[in-house]
This record gives sequence, C-alpha cells and structure tokens, in this order.
Amino acid sequence: MDQFAGRKYLIGAFILLIAVIIVFRLFYLQVYDSTYRLSAENNSRRVEIVYPARGLVFDRNGQLIVHNQPSYDLKIAPFELAPFDSVELCSILGIDIQTLRNGIHKVKTIDRERRNPFIKQLSPETFGRLKEQQYKFPGFYFSERTLRKYKLEIGAHLLGYVSEVDSSLIKADSYYELGDYYGASGIEKSYENYLRGEKGRRFRLIDVRGREQGAYKEGRYDTDAVRGKNITLTIDSDLQAFAEQLMQNYIGSVVAIEPSTGEILAFVSAPYYNPSLLIGRIREENFITLQKDSLEPLFNRTIMAMYPPGSTFKTVNGLIGLNEGVISPSTTFPCRMGYYAKGVSMKCHAHASPLNFVEAVQNSCNAYFAHTYKNIIDNNKYPTTEDAFNKWREYIVSFGFGNPTGIDIPSEKPGFIPKSSYYNRYYRKGYWKAHTIISNSIGQGEILTTPLQNANLAAIIANKGYYIVPHIVKNIEGIDTADLHNHDKHFVMVDSSFFKYVADGMDYAVNKPGGTALGSRLQNITICGKTGTAENPHGEDHSVFIAFAPKENPQIAISVYVEYGKWGASYAAPIASLLIEKYLTDTIAPNRKYIEQRMLTSKLTDKQ
Amino acid sequence: MRRRLNLLAEADWLAIFLFLVLIVFGWLNIYSVNYNESSTTFFTTSNRPAMQLAWIGISLVLALLIFVTDSRFFSFTAYPLYAFSLAVLLLVIIAGKEVNGSKSWIMIGPVGLQPAEFAKVTTILALARFLSGYNVKANSRKNIFFSFLIIALPPIFIMLQPDFGSTIVYGSLLIVLYREGLSGWLLLLILFMAGIFLASLVFSKFVVLLLLVLVSLLIYGVNSKNKKNTGYAIVILLAALVPSLLLQYLDFIKADSFIVLLIAVILATTTYIILALSKKLKGVVLMVVFLYAFIGFVYSVDFVFHNILQKHQRERVEIMLGLKSDPWGYEYNVNQSKIAIGSGGFTGRGFLQGPQTKLKYVPEQSTDFIFCTIGEEWGFLGSLAFVAVFIGLIIRLIIIAERQRSKFSRIYGYGVVSILFFHFAVNISMTLALFPVIGIPLPFISYGGSSLMSFTVMLFIMLKLDATRKAYLI
Ligand SMILES: [Zn+2]
Repeated sequence: MDQFAGRKYLIGAFILLIAVIIVFRLFYLQVYDSTYRLSAENNSRRVEIVYPARGLVFDRNGQLIVHNQPSYDLKIAPFELAPFDSVELCSILGIDIQTLRNGIHKVKTIDRERRNPFIKQLSPETFGRLKEQQYKFPGFYFSERTLRKYKLEIGAHLLGYVSEVDSSLIKADSYYELGDYYGASGIEKSYENYLRGEKGRRFRLIDVRGREQGAYKEGRYDTDAVRGKNITLTIDSDLQAFAEQLMQNYIGSVVAIEPSTGEILAFVSAPYYNPSLLIGRIREENFITLQKDSLEPLFNRTIMAMYPPGSTFKTVNGLIGLNEGVISPSTTFPCRMGYYAKGVSMKCHAHASPLNFVEAVQNSCNAYFAHTYKNIIDNNKYPTTEDAFNKWREYIVSFGFGNPTGIDIPSEKPGFIPKSSYYNRYYRKGYWKAHTIISNSIGQGEILTTPLQNANLAAIIANKGYYIVPHIVKNIEGIDTADLHNHDKHFVMVDSSFFKYVADGMDYAVNKPGGTALGSRLQNITICGKTGTAENPHGEDHSVFIAFAPKENPQIAISVYVEYGKWGASYAAPIASLLIEKYLTDTIAPNRKYIEQRMLTSKLTDKQ
Repeated sequence: MRRRLNLLAEADWLAIFLFLVLIVFGWLNIYSVNYNESSTTFFTTSNRPAMQLAWIGISLVLALLIFVTDSRFFSFTAYPLYAFSLAVLLLVIIAGKEVNGSKSWIMIGPVGLQPAEFAKVTTILALARFLSGYNVKANSRKNIFFSFLIIALPPIFIMLQPDFGSTIVYGSLLIVLYREGLSGWLLLLILFMAGIFLASLVFSKFVVLLLLVLVSLLIYGVNSKNKKNTGYAIVILLAALVPSLLLQYLDFIKADSFIVLLIAVILATTTYIILALSKKLKGVVLMVVFLYAFIGFVYSVDFVFHNILQKHQRERVEIMLGLKSDPWGYEYNVNQSKIAIGSGGFTGRGFLQGPQTKLKYVPEQSTDFIFCTIGEEWGFLGSLAFVAVFIGLIIRLIIIAERQRSKFSRIYGYGVVSILFFHFAVNISMTLALFPVIGIPLPFISYGGSSLMSFTVMLFIMLKLDATRKAYLI
C-alpha cells in the first residue's frame, strides 16, 4: 500500500460533491423554478431580414437614372397555418388550388420555423386586395423589398441588371442568403458591394406554434438595414440617350471618353434593350426572349466584341514608325493604287502620290503604312525579324491593346495582338518576315481590338501620348474617388512630339478636301478623325470611325462601330460627328439636321 | 478457450453493465433528437441514429478485440502509441479537414475521425507507463516535470487545431498526479494560476494586479508569525499607492491605473525588501518573487491573447467567457439549453416528445448538447437516474483502480476516471449554465464515432487490465 492511498477518499468526495451540485442544479431548473418550464412555451426566436434599398445611380450631371420601387413577396409561416378559405385565396392570387397546395407543401419542406417565400413580387393590385383580406389567412405574410426602377431607360449594358442569388454565390459569399438579390452584370455587379447596402435583422420571439411574441431581448440585437451607397456615373445621360437613338437601327457600338480623365461619356452597344425589361417577375421571361434574339441584344459589344481594327490602326503603326526613326514626318512613299511587292499586293484607292506622313493619314493610304510597317519589322537595329516584331508588339500593348483596359464593367475582352510565337507556330520560326504579316500595317489580319480599346486610342492621340484607364463610375457616396480608380497617366512608348502629325492627318481627313471623312466636318469645331473598315467575312464590312474634338483642346474622344456599314465615312463617321456636335454644342446645327435624319432613318439591322 | 472463459468470469460485469446501459440510453436520445413523426422527408439528410448504431457496433467489436489482447501489450506499447498519436495530431494540423473553423478532422473515405479523441487514451497509457516506473513518485521535481510534459504535449498540438475544449480536458489528469503524490499545495497553485488566467481575460489588468497583491498579502499574513510585519507591508503599500492614485486622479500622472498601481507595487516591494533584509525577515523575498512571477504571467496571458491568437480564436474565447455576446450563439444557446432542460419538469415530457429539442432550438443537440434531450424528455427523475448511473460507473472505476496490484493499471484507471469525470461534469455543467460552453462530448451518449470509440477503448483497456490483475504483475 502506498502512502497516498488515503487520497482516494478525497477524490471520491470531490466527484460526489460535483455530482451533488449537478443534481441540485437539475432540481432547481426542473422542479423548483417553474420559469424555465413556462418559457419553453414561448421561447423561440425568428429572424426577419430587413432588406435595404440599393444605391441610386446618377449621371455625371446629377441626373437620376436608376432608383427603386417597393415590391411585396407573399410568405408562408408553416407553423402558423390554420384552416382558411383556399378558394378565396386562389381567386385573389389568380392561381389554381393545386398550385396553392404544392406551394404550401414546398414551403413546409424548406424550413418549418421560418417564413418562406411562396409567391414573389405580387402585382400592386394583388397586394392591395390581399392586404385587406390578410386577417382571413393566418400564416400568410408579406415581406417588403425593393426592385430597380429606371427613371431614364438608357444604358442597359453599362448598368447591368439585378438577379436572385443562386446556391453557388451563397456558398462563395456568406453575405448572401436564399432569396437575396445581387448585381449580376454591369455596374450593378462591379459595384455590388457599395450598391447592396447592409441587410438589417429583427429578432422576434415566437412560441411553439410560431406565433410572434414580440421583440427578442427588447430588440437589443436588432440591426437596421443600411441603404446602399449612391453612385454617380461619368456618363452624360443626354449624350447616352442621343447615341442610343442614333444607333437604334444599327448593330454596333459607341464609346465616348473624356480624354483628360478617362471618364466614359457614352457607352452604347446596339442593339440594346430597355433595362426595365429585366426587373422583377418579368425578368426571367424577357431574359429568355432577349437571349433568343439573333441580333444578340444582351451581348455587350463595346467591351466584348473583337473586330479587326482596320485603318484606324494605321495611326498606331505610323506613330511607332516615327518613334523608331524608320520614317520621318517628311518621308514620302509612292502609291500606285496600292502596295505591290514580291508575293504581296494590297490595293489602295485613287489619290495623289507620293504622299508624306500627314497626307497618308488624311488619305488612309494603304501603301504608305505597308512601307512603314515593313521598315519597322525590317529595322536593322534589331538582329532578327522576330526581335523587331516583339518590339512592335511592345509598342502596341503600351497603347492598351491586347489586354483588357481595366474598365469597371465586368466581362471585358482583351482583344488579340499576336505574339511572335503565334507566327512561329503558324509559319515556322525564321520563315516569316515583314511581308508575311504585312496586313498588320493596316489593321487587318489577326489583330483584334474592342470598340473600347479603339476609343481609348482616340483618347491617347488626343492626349498626345497617354491615357487614363477608362471608367464609368465618377464617385460613390462617402468614398474617396482616389481609392476608387487608378487615375495614373499610362504613357505609351511613343514620344508625345510625334502625335501632332497624326492629329494633323486626322484633322485633314475630316476637314480638308481629299479627306476620307469630309462629310462629317463641323462648322466651328475641328474634329480629328480616322475612318476604318473592319473586314467582315460574313457580309458587308463594318464601318469604323475614331475621333476626338476639338483638336486644340480635346473634350471628347470617340469610337463608333456600325456593323455592315461598309465604309467608315458612310455611317460611323456621321454618327460620331453628330455625337461630338451634340456634346460640345448641345445641339445639332440646322445645316446638319439632314445627316441626323439620314442616320435615324437608315437601317442596317436586317443585313445579317 | 479456457483462458477466455476465465477472462469473462474475471471481467467486472457491473462496470460493463453500466456501460451498456449508457450506450443504449445514449442511442435512444440520439434517435429521439432526429426523430420526426409527421414526415420522412425532413430529416433524410441526417441518418445519425443509423450511423451511431454502426459506431456502437464497431465500438463493441473494439472492446472484444481489447479483451483478447494480451494485457501486457498496453504497457509495452504505451510510448510508441503515444508518439504515434502525437504524429497524427501534427498531421491533422497540416492536412486536416476544417469544420467550424477548427482543423480537427481526418477523413477516411466519407468518415471523419478526430484524432484528438484517441490521443486521450494514449496519453493516459504513457502517463501510467512513466509513473509506474520503479520508485517513481509524482513528488520529485524531475518526475513532476516529465509527467507534465507527457500531459501537455497533446493539448499543445490540439490547441493549434484549435480545439479549446479538447485541450483543457487534459487538465483533469492532475487528479491522477494528485493520487500519485503531487503536493496538494502545488495543485492549489496550479488551480490558482488557472483562475488568474481566466481572471486576466475577464477583468482588467488593474483588477487582476490588485487581486494578486491582496492574495500575496493574505498568504504572507497567514504564513508570517509576526502579524506586525504584515501590517508594515500594508502600510508601505498604501503609502506608495494612495499618493500615486491621487496624483493620477488630479491629472499629474498621465497613465492608466494599472501602470500607476504597478509603479506603486514596485516601490512598495523594493522598500519592503530592503527593510525586511535589514531586519532579517524570512519569506519576504519568496513572496515578492511569487508576486512578480504572477504579474509576468498575467502579462504573458495578455500578450498571447492579443498578439498570438488569431481573431476568430480570440472571439471564440471571448464568447466562451461571456465577454462578447452574440445573439446567434453563446447566450442564446445556453438559455435555450436551460429552457429545454427546465421544461422537462419532474417526470419529463416522455420519449420522443420533447418539442424544444425537436424544433431545433437547441444547437448541437445530438452531440455536445445531448443532455438537453435527456433533461427535457426524461425530466428530473430521468436525469437523476442518468447522473446516478454515470457517477456509479465512475465510483466503480475508482474501486477497480484501487484494487489493482500493478501500479500501471491503477494509474491508468485513474486516468480513465479523470477523463470520464471531467467530460461528464463539464458537459452537463455547460448545458446547465454552470460552466462556460466548451465543445466537449458527453461520454457514451453524444453522437460521434471518434468519441464513442475512444471512450469505449479507454474503458475496456482498463477492464481488461482489471480482468487479468491476478494473472500478471506488470
Ligand atoms: Zn494609297
């Protein structure tokens, strides 16, 4: 026997002591004190979500675009259901009895303790009628929330739409619960965290039968809903509306940017749709209709369509040639209705020859830029064609091509600027040279850019060598704008001194006899523009125009795409000039009204 | 066959009977929690009663396997098993599956196991093996150190998962050490430190320091023969403290009360040590060292809590200690638990009749809060019977432990007693709001394969050792 054997009694006593304490506590809770037994009848709690209103959306001038409207869901609390006149309810709701039965059964299987949605977004009339009769239907409740309402029915693609959360989102973000709404596209999506606000919670006591008994702990834990933050866009709603009107009969896009700030003034993808179509109950049905439309109105062409840039790309190649020193502004090249060399032929139109740099931009001479491009790629400075090409690509990328620009709207496409590896794979390494890829000189071939990137190019030329990442939200209530966007100037690799030659060429293209877009000239404002034709293998080529104005102090840079529009000058340039005129002068001059009429009455949506 | 028959005859059938009663009772309650009369569609996702039945079957097979194993196996493999379980705990931290913010599960196919549960068994085995060594008693400094090391390593690893509940379970092994000779004073000191630890989380540093100073003075006063010396100490402390606090109050010192008190204590102790050394008073230096050691301890607790613990760990401790309330969590759950148990009344609502637990008002009702169902459906009488059976089993196990001839078996037995008792007492106390909620299961009752298997294995190793107590002297 060991000397500590006696301690077993102490240990045993300790254990018995604890047991006695537990038994006393049990006696107290279960027999002596009846409060716990009574509160069992009356002790559960239900949480009610208070939905916040989403933030409002204003345009750059403070014009309200998007606000909210109330909406009511009909909910069922399974525990509170009592016999009711189901025929009457069905007639108010306009449903048949089987739907009602199925609904009640389904609600019971979700969660018996909570009020679960039965019919969402009642029409105002149904809500009104049912509200009066509500006392007859125990267990049926309304829950109020808000839906979007569009004061101005514009900008569907940039605003995006609000949709109900799905299970994958609920899993990914703990903020969301079944039945919540979230921004599914456009700025509704990219600024969801600001717009959605904060849900409030009310804790309610309910008894075993689910009847409400008042606030849990006098509402100590209740939280109020916090409405979403209001957002001010960079969009000019007048310009946006006018651009949409002009584009109503076309497939294509308009992107207008304020060059000095990167703020987007207008952002149209055509065909567009009325944003009110995607609100509430009607959303799903309309969405399917829009989805089935062969003109793809849901497709946001401004940032998702990738076209060959066409002749607008000549400006970039010209700038690179100047910066690399392979041409100078006074360099002339001959053009005999095109560029013809060993194995290469590239047609051009009739114009004087030879041309210098500015004249070549003005006339959009294919031959001039083919020469320029050949000089860039065959530059002796670089050991191989591939090195020269890589350098060229570096320049192109510095202009914001080949990568998403970083605009604050989701789903932006990067475009495509081939890498040397692409040609190595295609032609074998060492077996391709300038002439093999000469179509890059005039923006045809493999190169693809988005309308936004081309508008950004116009902004770069307007700024003489830099851009600020294009953005569509100007500010958010209570948020420092500096935190919102990067407002750094992104300088391209071309020295700013060379830009004036391109600007001059673009000026002459619009304003000098022989220019490619002479018809789009304005009386008092110098527009600098460059036409383009995006090759379209499926039909008539696309009409492209980039421009900025006024030349001396650029306020607006723009790219316009009109699919099947054939020449840049035929549709894109007039539309761009009308938008520039509208933005800078607030009106269309009487002598140009006929252009507006022509653009509004022509129709190219049936060309597909 | 003969040997096995003997074995069955030697087995402690009372303990086995109580064990079986608990297992069956536990399963009935799990069945009740998950039972729904009106529909079969509501709870199809959880087939917990069926799962638990499978676990019970596996546990009984394990119990049988243990009974046919040579009893010397357990002491011989104690260290390797201990090392192996440490390795597995480490593995869990690296590759475990996270559930509720704690990485404590290892997935074997669709089945999750919690190694922390099994580590309890190996830790008791290792501790028993160490303390049963020749002439080893838990009263030498070296042995105490090694015993503490054996006990402390698994919880350190478990703390990293982190699983606070499983960690503090190991503290219950102090009962084993106490039985094997750990000084009662040391035990009190450890408990005091645990108290200070909690106090330093709950109260401000100022209050804790004040508490420490008062306790030091009290101990000094009790131990010193000359009451006058204690009086001097108080006077000197007050002489340093009162002017300091006054100066702070009048805004002459810009520091918080804790710093002021600390400075006063430093001044007072320094003065008193000088005085005491010149008068050759005994025990003063020791007392002051004790005081400063605790001040350091408070500081380090504070540091660990605010700088080393991660936010969610800190929040969990804060909620557990009631520092933070959370309408979804702690306060509500405890209240619901009390209501469920209280609603049972004297005789209970009857089997399958508890609406509180049925409506899912009580959280974790199959696992950590299973006692709510017992209280609600079986009432005071049923709860009393349950407590009696459980405590009966524990007392029976003490008797079994005490009748062992081998020291290894006795120590192991006390280990089982400590762990089972701690789980029982803490689990039920938390459902009765006598103790903060820490997630530990009720042995043999709570839903969960890991805990059921490890407690069964733990118990049956003890019963096996007992059945062969006359055969070998190990
Ligand atoms: Zn030409």
